[in-house]
Amino acid sequence: MRLSTADINIAKRQLLTMHYRSRVGHLGGNLSALDAMMVLHHELMGARDRFILSKGHSAGAYYVTLWSLGLISELELTTFHKDDTRLSGHPPAQGIPQILFSTGSLGHGLSLAAGLALAAQLRGGQQRIFCLTSDGEWQEGSTLEALVFVCHHGLSNLTILVDHNGLQGFGSTAEVATMDPLSDKLSGFDVDLRRCDGHDLQALRDTVAPLSNRPVVVIMDTRKGHGVPDFEGRMESHYLPLTESQYQAAMARLSEDS
Amino acid sequence: MRTELCTALVARSKLPEMVFLTGDLGFMALEPLRDSLGNRFINCGVAEQNMVTVAAGLAKAGFDVWVYSIAPFCYARAFEQIRNDVCLHGLPVRLLGNGGGYGYGVMGPTHHALEDYGVMLTLPGMQVYVPAFDEDVANVVARSGASNGPCYIRLGRGELPPQVEAPTYAPWRRLAAGDGPVVIVAGPLAGSTLGALPTVGACQPELWVVTELPFGRSPPPDELAERIARCGRVCVIEEHVAHGGVGAMLSQWLLETGLRLLRYNHLCARGYPSQRYGSQAYHRKDSGLDPDSIRYAILKIAQ
Repeated sequence: MRLSTADINIAKRQLLTMHYRSRVGHLGGNLSALDAMMVLHHELMGARDRFILSKGHSAGAYYVTLWSLGLISELELTTFHKDDTRLSGHPPAQGIPQILFSTGSLGHGLSLAAGLALAAQLRGGQQRIFCLTSDGEWQEGSTLEALVFVCHHGLSNLTILVDHNGLQGFGSTAEVATMDPLSDKLSGFDVDLRRCDGHDLQALRDTVAPLSNRPVVVIMDTRKGHGVPDFEGRMESHYLPLTESQYQAAMARLSEDS
Repeated sequence: MRTELCTALVARSKLPEMVFLTGDLGFMALEPLRDSLGNRFINCGVAEQNMVTVAAGLAKAGFDVWVYSIAPFCYARAFEQIRNDVCLHGLPVRLLGNGGGYGYGVMGPTHHALEDYGVMLTLPGMQVYVPAFDEDVANVVARSGASNGPCYIRLGRGELPPQVEAPTYAPWRRLAAGDGPVVIVAGPLAGSTLGALPTVGACQPELWVVTELPFGRSPPPDELAERIARCGRVCVIEEHVAHGGVGAMLSQWLLETGLRLLRYNHLCARGYPSQRYGSQAYHRKDSGLDPDSIRYAILKIAQ
């Protein structure tokens, strides 16, 4: 299925409503990652390919993506972040077949993806593995351990997406522990380094889809809280839930854009 | 036990799905396994966190996964990876920790593993093996290899006295029968304890070794329970700190089963009381785990 902007906006409205009704924060990083997750799952991933959400705090966007694929019901989305739900604040360990691993402690996902990619290579299959990381997550030593491993073993069936929104928990990545320019650091590794606008659907398709003979890293330039007036690009979008006025303004804008 | 481990895993390497990950350790020990496994022998380098999580990914994909390092680097460095990526998902990753307890001696405290199985047993589904004798290793590889959940295997060195044969493998084994105090030892220290057993008048101590934990999966056998009920004197010996150790497990089991004791003693690793470093034997003596201290403790409890 080729996604349109209207399709993305429907998913985005669902995401906003789910978070707003549950009074849950972490929305900023969900909005910066939703476009990529939608394009991956609807257009780029084959039936045997696998996805690891290393930035587990974007679980909401993952659940909504699975909802858009008909794999989670709309009714179930209303249980998000509530008692007796399958949809915990970070991806669960059991209960949803498409979610292979519980993530949320940063710095694990790339190694998990490396294990799956190595398994596929040992079996000689054509399976592609996609791993979505945050940008702050590259401050984790274990992520760098994983990248060394990925490059050493030439895991060319692995594509690493970096949600480069520039904001983390208590400041910008540049203020807290800068790795900027991240592309300079990553280009020192034996990877196929690519870059695109993470909110441009065609750019995502064109950048992520091509295979390579090396591990692929795609730095996606994104904006935290993308599409929500007075929220986008602000620190508040990392932790705080939407106010009613922010929610209504965002829903109105998304309706206009559809 | 590395030689025995290598032999057992080489035999297992015929399984096409077997993979072995090492954190850059095994020089002059695991070369036959490397040669046998080829590209399924993976030296992950000095990066234990990544190694354990890669292992989880491989296990999720259906591979038969073994992870090797020296004990502290295996369970302590990568604890969150073991907890989140292996245990939360109940994956059959077998963690092989060489040199449990003070096994790495004068290499120093960073290389000791004094709280390993206690820590590992806090995790859901974790099965621990502490093989006591070299002859146990093949059995432990087979049993952990047949497990469908996470395992931690603490390896040491066989300590059986000369001319003594290891008994057939079982999670609990009686090494010496007697009417005196019941002595329970975890892992290899049982061999040294066997050589140190005193004769207490007409009441010879009875010695048991335990090699599988927790008690919930491998409870003490009925004959041991009956023996404790009759004697009421128990000494637990382990090269592990008191918290989370076999002594704590036995105490809880005694309370739950309603067995009452007259005398109890627990010999365990006490860290570095002298603040000096030396061989495994040196540290055992520093903690009161040497043969003379063991003999004295048993005599005392028999009184």
